[in-house]
Amino acid sequence: MSRTLKRQVPIVAALCLFFLFGLLIVPSFALSGPEAQSKAWQGVDEAVVGRIAREQGREPRPPLVRTDMGDLPLFAFLAAGAIGGFAAGYWWRVLLERRKR
Amino acid sequence: MTAFSRRRFIAALLFGCALLLGQPQAARAMHISEGVLPFGWVLLWFCLAVPFLALGLRRLKEASKTDLSYKPLAGFMAAAIFIISCIPVPVPVVGSCAHPCGTAISAILLGPAASVVVAAVALMIQALFLAHGGLSTLGANIVSMGVAGSFTGFVVFKLLRSCGARLAVAGFAAGVAADWATYLTTSLIMALALKGSTPFTPLFLKISAAFVPTQIPLGIVEGAMTAGVVVLLARKRPDLLVKMRVLKANEASL
Repeated sequence: MSRTLKRQVPIVAALCLFFLFGLLIVPSFALSGPEAQSKAWQGVDEAVVGRIAREQGREPRPPLVRTDMGDLPLFAFLAAGAIGGFAAGYWWRVLLERRKR
Repeated sequence: MTAFSRRRFIAALLFGCALLLGQPQAARAMHISEGVLPFGWVLLWFCLAVPFLALGLRRLKEASKTDLSYKPLAGFMAAAIFIISCIPVPVPVVGSCAHPCGTAISAILLGPAASVVVAAVALMIQALFLAHGGLSTLGANIVSMGVAGSFTGFVVFKLLRSCGARLAVAGFAAGVAADWATYLTTSLIMALALKGSTPFTPLFLKISAAFVPTQIPLGIVEGAMTAGVVVLLARKRPDLLVKMRVLKANEASL
């Protein structure tokens, strides 16, 4: 990669992030009512799978282990991300270390 | 740990689980949620998933015996798929979130059968601890994300490579195909189970169309991610890709 191109990479990345951020804000302003806001950024599996199941007369049941209340999802997802991230990093390092040896 | 403290630990663990199970509130599930599929279909998808899991476990056992790098690679892929399929990616303009699958990467690197096992482990942990999918729909989710995603991604990658496509191009196409195949299979599973007395095709098309606005951009993201990981590994560990039959020996030395 040439030096000029290398210098341009952070600028292009910053512009992309700025553009993405702008696009992300658009629906937040467009959705004004409380009902619309509650549906904003809903997971597609819930928005599609859940909605169609209800339309067809099947109500999704709560999961067996309830980690979907209050701050529990935040904890569960952060813990899962931390543990998963550590495991992925550990195995990646093992893979690359083996090559060096 | 003494017998008394072990008993106390188990009692605390059971109490914690009881607390988690006892709270009533609405579920925010992803994948195919708990309770969506009727019992007959639950059973059918479990029965379909089992042979692929058995094949995958056999492949994992055999490959880790002959290749020392296979276990760390499988561990890395399991952790990566678990994280990737947990991330709700916001899709701009549409205003909703969707998660990538990551099965194309594992299918390319580990083989499609082993990738099914890796996806099944990720899906089970998500169903148990993250209110993400469900235990009754685990078989269906394994078939859609594990089997359809892995095998489609693998076939597309191999086909394109045999036609002389570059690693990045084949990886990108495999990622896109795996993502879209997963969501098409989910639509198929849903339409078959929920159609009742209504015709199958309109419902299948309706579900597939509902996925389109988010899955088209997300498939492209997944394709870029797959291509990135494959190219990165080709630069860092080309020998590993040769062993996994992703690259030919003469390509690795370039």
